[in-house]
Formats: sequence, structure tokens, C-alpha cells
Amino acid sequence: MLELLKHLGLYFIMMKKVLGKPSKWNVFFKQLFVELEKVGVNSIGIVIIISFFVGGVVSIQTAMNLENPLIPAYLIGLATRDSLILEFSPTMISLILAGKAGSNIASEIGTMRVTEQIDALEIMGINSASFLILPKILAAIFFFPILIIMSMGVGMLGGWLGGLATDITTADFLYGLKYEFNSFYITYCLVKTVVFAFIITTVSSYFGYHTQGGALAVGKSSTMAVVYSSILILIFNFILTDLLLA
Amino acid sequence: MIEIININKHFESNHVLKDISFTFERGKTNLIIGESGSGKTTLLKTLIGLHDVDNGQILFDERDFTSMKLKEKRKLRQEVGMLFQGGALYDYMSAEQNIMFPLTMLTEQSVEEKLDRVNFCLQRVNLENKNHLLPAKLSGGMLKRVAIARSIAMNPKYLLCDEPNSGLDPKTAILIDNLIQEITQEYNITTIVNTHDMNSVMEIGENIAYIYDGKIWWNGNKEELISADNPELNNFVFASKLFKRLKKMP
Repeated sequence: MLELLKHLGLYFIMMKKVLGKPSKWNVFFKQLFVELEKVGVNSIGIVIIISFFVGGVVSIQTAMNLENPLIPAYLIGLATRDSLILEFSPTMISLILAGKAGSNIASEIGTMRVTEQIDALEIMGINSASFLILPKILAAIFFFPILIIMSMGVGMLGGWLGGLATDITTADFLYGLKYEFNSFYITYCLVKTVVFAFIITTVSSYFGYHTQGGALAVGKSSTMAVVYSSILILIFNFILTDLLLA
Repeated sequence: MIEIININKHFESNHVLKDISFTFERGKTNLIIGESGSGKTTLLKTLIGLHDVDNGQILFDERDFTSMKLKEKRKLRQEVGMLFQGGALYDYMSAEQNIMFPLTMLTEQSVEEKLDRVNFCLQRVNLENKNHLLPAKLSGGMLKRVAIARSIAMNPKYLLCDEPNSGLDPKTAILIDNLIQEITQEYNITTIVNTHDMNSVMEIGENIAYIYDGKIWWNGNKEELISADNPELNNFVFASKLFKRLKKMP
């Protein structure tokens, strides 16, 4: 319990430093664009591949479970849409991003810590936490929703192709996709994504920033970053769902 | 001049620095020597606030660093150049970008002015025309020289060096030592070098503090070091059989 409180205290102290004013705005914006590429653009490939195949599988599995002729075929499109928007795209993709971007952030900052590059920033009189972490947080908050919207679109495309493989017509699938669409689901999905983006970047940065030791410690920080980000994503998924949908 | 007065530092139950007082003089290469784990690096990092002291005072030309707020500390740190053991250069930046970095972050100089300063610093460490090399492409000695160039880019009043020649061959190590001493005298700055390399001590030791068990056990210059009769110091300085034989020679 004491250990948890210590980590929480250190996390909030770090966040106070992170939210400090950047030393130079032009350097900050340069860093922001670099992070947009590292945290966001470089994750497009994996998001597209996973979303496409998961969308297809969701569609096929739903079709297999709805063989009763009394159940309309368009429900496959509807089930695929809701699965993707409500859970798969925001939560599962965020978990995958916690693995990809989170471990990358923790190992990058952790390596900078053990090779004294962070100390070098502090010696120069630069707020190292703000310089290194703030651009990552903003890049993720801005770009993760784009990735999730992309994931929903590609997932539905995969779902349509999966549906074709189970003899569902395109018209039925599209009707299902549009059937009683509640636009609040998109809001809910994007709110979750922004919260998860914040969790992934800050928790991973925290473990990287407080790395002590050498290469082994960097590996450990990276693992801890993924584990704790994932757990927090699942906890906040529950809380946000209860708050926004229940 | 940097003055430390009765500083103490604990890491949990481990008392690393025990009531240390010392004066690091301006225009001289001040050396902190001692065995591994004696508290040298902790002392150096404590001086600049990378570790907080438990109590005591650190004065930079009579300005009390320990009682400063974080903003004031950051301001003062801009007067300090530090050479880290591994160089601490940014891997993704070239030598030029590494040296230019503090100028970009902390000054309003134009690109031309910054480039002039970078070239001057590179020239000062005998690395002309190596502007575009990445740290991964630099040898150990070159890496240290780029790090020195970066640490003097802002015209520091104080230069702190943590084991500047670790991992270097003796010839390159002496080159680095001499460079540090030349810069110290040329710019009349307060330089503190943390080392356990006896060649360095004999080459540039003008004001030496020997740390043993977290305390300043002895201080003096390199000539006084040879004739010192402090047993702990002698065990450290004349650790090898060859040095022991030399010590016994009349």
C-alpha cells in the first residue's frame, strides 16, 4: 500500500513538472511533430491489419451464431458495428497501442535516464519532464482518436468481406451498419480513446522517467509500463462505460 | 568558486556524504578522488542539485544554491557545464546539433550565430569538420570531446566532469585531461573533475580532495599527494605493486 502511494505521489510530482510551460515553443512544436510520427503515424499499419481481420472474424462468428431463419441477416452488420465501436476499436486497439507505443515510450525515456541524457537536460536548466513527455501526451491525445476512427472503418470493411464469405448480402450488411445508429456511441468511443491515450503515455513515461540502473532496468520499466497501462485501461474502461452508458 | 559547507546526504539508511566541507577554487582544476562507491559521483550530482542535500550549504560564488527555488536553480544551472561519464550526447542528433542544442533552448541567437559558436567549440576540442557525425560514429575520445564542446557552448562559469577519461586509452585520456585544464585556465572557470585515474591526478591535480567513507579524508595538490603519509590515501594512490615500489624509492 505504501509502495502504491509512493508511486502515486511520484506520478503526480512528475505530472506537475510535465505541465510546466515549454522552454521554447518552436522546439516544442518540432518535438510534437516528431512524436506524432512516432506515436501515431507509425502505428497505422498495425491498427489497419488487426482491425481488418478482427472485423472479418466478428462478422463470421456472428453469422455462425445467428443461423435461425427468424433472425434477420442485417443483425450481422449491426453486431459488427456495435462490437467495433463500443469495445474493439477503443479498448482492444488501445491495449495494443499500450504494448507498441507504451513500451517504446518507456524504453526511450528509460534509456535516456540511464545514459544520463535526462540529467544533461536538467543541468542545462531545461525542464526535462515537460520537454520529453508533454509532446508525447499531446501527440497521443490528438492522434489516437484518428487511429481509432480508422480502426472502426477498416474493421467494418473486414466485417463486410467476412459477411460475404458467409452468404450475407452487401445490402443486408449495410442496412445493419446503419440500423438504429446512435451517434453517442462515437462520442463514448472517442472519450474512452482520449482517456486511454493519456493513460498510456503518462504511465509509460512515468516508468521510463523513474528507471534506475542499466539495460535490465530499462527492460523492466518497459514491461511495467505495458502491464500497468493495460490494467488501468481495463479499469477505466469499466468506470467510463458505467458513467457514460449505464 | 564553489563552496560546500557541512553537507550530508543519505540514501535511505545509507549515509553517503558525511558532513563534507570544501572549497573548489576558480581557475583551477579541482579533483575529487576516491575509490568506487566512496561518494564522488553523489557529491558531484549533489553540487548541482541532481540529488538534494539533507542539510548543509552549497555556495556558487556566494550564491546559496541550497536555498534557491527550482526556477532560480534552473537559471543558475545555465552557468554550469557538465561532462558526464558516458558523454550523455543525444543519439539522434549530430555533433553539431548536440552542441547547438543548449544554444537553441536557452538563447535567442540566430542560426548563423549558433553555427559560429558550434564551430568555435568544435575547433576548441580539435574536432573541426566533424559537425555532421552522429554519436554512434564517434570514437570514445571524440565522443568525450564533443561532450566537452557541448558543455562549454554556453560559456559556463563552472565545469563539472564526472570521470572524463573512463574507458579511454592512456594517451587519449591525457589529451582530455589537458583539454579540461586548458579550458579552465583560458576561461578562468571553476572546474571540478571526479576521477579515480591516477594519471589524471598527476597530470592536472591542482586542488585535490580525497573522499573516503563519505568524508573528505585529505586535501592538497599533486606534489603534496606523493609525500602524504595518510594511510588510507596511500592505499588508494599506491594501490599497485609498481606504485608501492616507487613510493619506497628515495
